[in-house]
Amino acid sequence: MTHELVTKLVWFIPLPPLLAFALIVLFTNKSKALSHTVAISAAFLSWLGSMIIFWNALKVEEFGKEPFAASIPWLPTGNTWLKIGVLIDPLSAAVLFFVAWTVLMIFIYSVGYHNYGQPAGDHDHAGLPPHGATVHGHAVPSVEPMYSRFFAFIGLFAFGMYTLVVSDNLLTLFVGWEIMGLCSYLLIGFWFGKPSARNAAVKAFMTTRIGDVFMLIGIAFLYHATGTLSYREIFTEETLHVLSTVPSGVFGLSAAGFIAILLFIGTIGKSAQFPLHVWLPDAMEGPTPVSAMIHAATMVSAGVYAVIRMFPLLSAGWHEGAPLTPEMTFVAVIGAFTAIFAATIAVAQNDIKRVLAYSTISQLGFMIAALGIGAYIAAVFHLITHAFFKALLFLGSGSVIHGMEHGVLHTGNHSIDPQDMFNMGGLRRKMPVTFWTFLIGGFALSGFPVLTAGFWSKDEILADAFINGHMAVFVTLAVAAFMTAFYTMRQITLTFLGEARTKEAEHASENKWTMTAPLVVLSVFAIGYGWVGIPEHFPLLGGLVPNWIHEFVGGTLAEHPPVLEFSIWPLLTSLVVALGGLGLGWLYYRNVKSAKEDIFQISFLKNKYYFDELYQAVFIKPAVWISEVFVSQWMDKGFIDGILHVFGPATGGLGSFIRDKFDLPVVNQFIGDGSANATYWLGKNLRPIQTGRIQQYLILSLILIVVIGGLLFTLLVRSA
Amino acid sequence: MIPLSWYLILAAGLFSIGLFGVLARRNAVAILLGVELMLNAININLVAFWRYGEVSTMAGQVFTIIVFAVAAAEVAVGLALVISVYRRRNTVVAEELDLLKW
Repeated sequence: MTHELVTKLVWFIPLPPLLAFALIVLFTNKSKALSHTVAISAAFLSWLGSMIIFWNALKVEEFGKEPFAASIPWLPTGNTWLKIGVLIDPLSAAVLFFVAWTVLMIFIYSVGYHNYGQPAGDHDHAGLPPHGATVHGHAVPSVEPMYSRFFAFIGLFAFGMYTLVVSDNLLTLFVGWEIMGLCSYLLIGFWFGKPSARNAAVKAFMTTRIGDVFMLIGIAFLYHATGTLSYREIFTEETLHVLSTVPSGVFGLSAAGFIAILLFIGTIGKSAQFPLHVWLPDAMEGPTPVSAMIHAATMVSAGVYAVIRMFPLLSAGWHEGAPLTPEMTFVAVIGAFTAIFAATIAVAQNDIKRVLAYSTISQLGFMIAALGIGAYIAAVFHLITHAFFKALLFLGSGSVIHGMEHGVLHTGNHSIDPQDMFNMGGLRRKMPVTFWTFLIGGFALSGFPVLTAGFWSKDEILADAFINGHMAVFVTLAVAAFMTAFYTMRQITLTFLGEARTKEAEHASENKWTMTAPLVVLSVFAIGYGWVGIPEHFPLLGGLVPNWIHEFVGGTLAEHPPVLEFSIWPLLTSLVVALGGLGLGWLYYRNVKSAKEDIFQISFLKNKYYFDELYQAVFIKPAVWISEVFVSQWMDKGFIDGILHVFGPATGGLGSFIRDKFDLPVVNQFIGDGSANATYWLGKNLRPIQTGRIQQYLILSLILIVVIGGLLFTLLVRSA
Repeated sequence: MIPLSWYLILAAGLFSIGLFGVLARRNAVAILLGVELMLNAININLVAFWRYGEVSTMAGQVFTIIVFAVAAAEVAVGLALVISVYRRRNTVVAEELDLLKW
């Protein structure tokens, strides 16, 4: 395929899911089979196109210098145009690759997850999770009542993500970003019959909105400063140089730094970084494919992707080896802090999905921290590997929950929470495929040495931090990595190892192929994707496989980042934290039988450092107070209604006064009745002269003529 | 030639007699006669003013002839009315014909 043809193809990548959304919403929503066929076909088309583009990108030498790029004028703004365009450079090609795979897998998985092919529930309602149906006296899972709607939503979601990835400017990136924000709201609140899901949806939407506002300000500032939003026009040497030397007037930052921080705040919201991390764990209220979609493949990755995209801006005025600029320090601190902060919370969570949610926050912190210290390649690498293994883990946890729900249906005891890990145990025998794939995903997340993808990407971040001397970041991330391994092993041990702790876990069963096949595919990537990024100087393995990720993605930047030297210390650290964490987790949790025995059930951690309560007290309560008490009670009912209560009676009083003192006596009596009376009186008194005798009339006429004649004579003739 | 004022005095006298007749006589036919006298007094005025004024134009004579025609028509209508009233009310006394009073 020629360069131009591939570039044309890029335009069409986001369209199939959008079309699927429209088709499902407008036409096929009555038919579940047709709806998922449409959605999956669309995902497949986008996947196919993405693979073709990726393959062609690989074949171009120096792809960073000649990306697939095209743009057309879109919105006129005075003398210039805002352009809409597509850009596939090495970075977006790599991102497109993992997005296409994970999205397709999640779409397929959703078919099984929502019990396609099962009967409709006995008393299921739209907006509530299906409760199961009875067939021949047996309880069986029932199909999701809003099956078609789900596929419509995730189709729109996929459209948002593809738009964001292929766009060549911040404006369309922001459009995709917001579409995903909307979809995450719709999908988290998919089971809107549950109050918790409703609240979580609102919380996610509001929290990300805070970040988005700052991001929009950043975009506006950038447009004001440069007159363009296109990456390729901003990331030129001159523009960046100007931006990095012009002061912004805020905190002594350069314009570039200030814009980068504003855009980064958007990422803090979208990628759930501290302090806007609170929405993500609650987002677990949505169906599991949504969790995978939001937390692995798309939305949170989009946040990190935006920072990676803006890296030239963030690092403007900085060069490899120099001390970090204030804005980079800010990013690094937020990332590193989030990484360790979320990891500590994850240790104390019992809900299988919540552990993963905090783990996601923590891993995103790794990437953000990596970007903060300038480890561009490592961040991209970890973003991609994380997307694969975290999607795998989320889908795996969904599979576990689904299996547990099967057990719950079997025993009929609905008081058992199928998501609580302490109700599980021994699932490895019941759900072998889920177990092995989850194990692979978990080991990748922990950074199990050499085999898994997570090891290579995490090691790269640690190595970069160590070699460039960012010891604080290095130590923080190493501790966070240790905790990651620990809580991952805790999760695996509690869920799959040992013996079943409840009857429900005993009766759990493996799921259909639509759910397990995506797990298998993703676990291939969770292992294999690490091999494309093995550092050149790594002992024994280095150089066997070329360090593709470094060569390829590094080409995105104007200057190819230098190859890191090898140092044994970060490698040792990686090995120790990964194996140590996994080992300790296994040693401790194989003996823990219930939540009471778990020493990490510290209420401080279990309650997420009371951040929800803190925000409740600091932001939400005052906001509610302002609206309910200040605005509603005082301003509206007191002040404004008070004014109205003064004006109302006052106007009424004035009205009655005018009526009593003017209208009734003057207008009605004097003018109205008076004129009638006067006319009546006049008529009555003039009546007698109407005698009917012609000669009397004539005499009167004569007299009148004489009088008028006399008057005329005196007045006109005599006076003349 | 007799001065103009004589004619005017004659006309005024004739007019006054007519007017008196109209106002004072009770018989409706007599009232009509009074009206005719007043009209003819005016005719004398018209002709006199013509004779002592611009003789070449015949305005005065023409007016007089028109007044004759109108007076003749009026008398015809008036007498018809009087006869009609007499047939209905059996009287032609003006004082008794007071149907128009309130």
